[in-house]
Amino acid sequence: MMLEIKNLHASVDGREILKGIDLVIPDGEVHAVMGPNGSGKSTLSYVLAGRDGYQVTAGSVRYRGQDLLALKTEERARLGVFLAFQYPVEIPGVTGVNFLKTAVNAVRRSRGEAELDAMQFLKLARKKCKELGVGEDMLKRAVNTGFSGGEKKRYEALQMALLEPSLLILDETDSGLDIDALKVVSESVVRLRSPERSMVVITHYQRILDYIVPDRIHILAGGRIVQSGDKELALELERSGYAQFVGEAA
Amino acid sequence: MSDDMDQVRTLADQKYKYGFVTDIESDVAPKGLNEDIIRFISAKKNEPEWMLEWRLKAYRLWLTQTEPDWARVHYPPIDYQDSYYYSAPKKKDGPKSLDEVDPKLLETYEKLGVPLHERAILAGVAVDAVFDSVSVATTFKGKLEEMGIIFCSMSEAVTKHPDLVRQYLGSVVPYSDNFFATLNCAAFTDGSFVYVPPGVRCPMELSTYFRINAEKTGQFERTLIIADKGSYVSYLEGCTAPMRDENQLHAAVVELVALDDAEIKYSTVQNWYPGDENGKGGIYNFVTKRGACRGRASRISWTQVETGSAITWKYPSCILQGDDSVGEFYSVAITNHYQQADTGTKMIHLGRNTRSRIVSKGISAGHADNTYRGLVKIMPKAQGARNHTQCDSLLIGDQCGAHTTPYIESRNPSARLEHEATTSKISEDQLFYARQRGLSEEEAVALIVNGFCREVLQQLPMEFAVEAQKLLAISLEGSVG
Repeated sequence: MMLEIKNLHASVDGREILKGIDLVIPDGEVHAVMGPNGSGKSTLSYVLAGRDGYQVTAGSVRYRGQDLLALKTEERARLGVFLAFQYPVEIPGVTGVNFLKTAVNAVRRSRGEAELDAMQFLKLARKKCKELGVGEDMLKRAVNTGFSGGEKKRYEALQMALLEPSLLILDETDSGLDIDALKVVSESVVRLRSPERSMVVITHYQRILDYIVPDRIHILAGGRIVQSGDKELALELERSGYAQFVGEAA
Repeated sequence: MSDDMDQVRTLADQKYKYGFVTDIESDVAPKGLNEDIIRFISAKKNEPEWMLEWRLKAYRLWLTQTEPDWARVHYPPIDYQDSYYYSAPKKKDGPKSLDEVDPKLLETYEKLGVPLHERAILAGVAVDAVFDSVSVATTFKGKLEEMGIIFCSMSEAVTKHPDLVRQYLGSVVPYSDNFFATLNCAAFTDGSFVYVPPGVRCPMELSTYFRINAEKTGQFERTLIIADKGSYVSYLEGCTAPMRDENQLHAAVVELVALDDAEIKYSTVQNWYPGDENGKGGIYNFVTKRGACRGRASRISWTQVETGSAITWKYPSCILQGDDSVGEFYSVAITNHYQQADTGTKMIHLGRNTRSRIVSKGISAGHADNTYRGLVKIMPKAQGARNHTQCDSLLIGDQCGAHTTPYIESRNPSARLEHEATTSKISEDQLFYARQRGLSEEEAVALIVNGFCREVLQQLPMEFAVEAQKLLAISLEGSVG
């Protein structure tokens, strides 16, 4: 099993945000987690990635049978947990080549694979750029620095393709994207679908799910999963809004 | 070592009690500085009379000077009569083998990839026993001599090349320059001397490293480099590996002279003991470095990577006298824990169409304070002078400080001066982002810091640059998380 979340409670600054999440994601499945603002969507993604300041107060998370919560952020990443950020962070002065090579080699090291030298890495990176239709100049620029919203999300997609994660968490990847950019980024994500890879698509709106079609949809409200269903659920949400579910949670 | 040192001290104190008699057979002068001690140093080095007179003149002036207090550094008052001003290299006072050396120091050498046989030298193990680089040094020296290049210790230069020394020593940093420089004039024990004859391009990087076991230069180092017309020389000072040293106060003076069309590149990596994590101990590095672009179209470039010392007080400067001369200053200064650095440069434009460029990168972590202090001065005759200053600060954590104090004085309306400054912080967001991609916190900080310093590191000779990159990472270990 890729991911098993049981009765997960988490707090930020002493305030409880997640109030008992149960969620199971089998290998190869794509699950959407939808919810209104403030429902705990981003908190869930940060807790899974292991961000400092997000205190787990109860419950458990197992990732491929392993206790995920016992691992440091970078250890989770090296084991194949990838979080695509809602707001990718700028790192001035650090070129993409340098950053991505260090990341790829960190992951390779932990898998017991040989590290790539500069030439090998560049070859790989260029190939991925080409596949995703990302300009190679992005590799030379400083990480996310001065990138447009669309460029930042495409850069996240490039990193996914390079790091080949097993569990992909997309945190509101659709935010700030126009319809064309959304399509491009979604296509990059869809290319990565495989029986060995699972995805959690966190979103407020249904539209990204037109491109990344989920196997299951869960509605998160008030820090709990209040309803689960197939993709029809998203359409229902689109028609009637979150109000009914928020009511249930409260 | 302590037993030997104690013995020496007791002995020295006794001598002092009975009044000090100049004894050039002795290996150590008693504590404190006075005219007798200066005579002793001068006699030890077989110096000519003029050299001694110069030292004494400086000493007498020094007695009337006051210690500068304008820098943003804090330290308890120094008792200048409580230190030793001369002790010949003693083979006994260091550790006898690497087994006796602080394991932490060895660990750092390991990380830096310092070759095994060099570690002992750096750690202060009596060198003769472990490493004989004399042959290497001689080979280089022979090659340089063929080209007419003089590269020797300052003591040797004073006796063998007195005319050159007399002509140039103190011509860039006068003996009256400042409290620490004047003290250096009075009490310097050794340093490096370089002369490159007209039209000669020095074929190798000259490095103090070649002389590392030749003589211990001590706390008052004196360096003089002269590039004659149309010549070129690149000089490397220091070492990325931390050096063990007993002396707390270091007050070096470096003078560079570039004649017509000559170029001097001077690179420093300073990694003296910075004190412990609580700010205890560490070297006070109070240095005066100045270059004179005396000739037309001459060029002097300072590059420094300052990671060590408890306190750094240092402003490598250029006096742009010759028309069309160029001065450059590239600096990375890192302070961690309780380190303090007040560093920068002075670019004094005297000649026409003189140009200068300043790139300063200050990185502050822990409880450290980092100040850039710079002066760009355009004199009335410096028609068409130009300066560009780029001054960036990077903060790690929220207990440290970064300060920028640029002074600009222009007395010529045709001058063009630009100043850019930024302050940024390694944010928790950046670290989380990098760690989420599999980088450890240390890797992430190293990557960000190296990116921040790239412009400066590029100025270093290739091999030095690689070492410096590693050094930056090591200096910042434990600064986050």
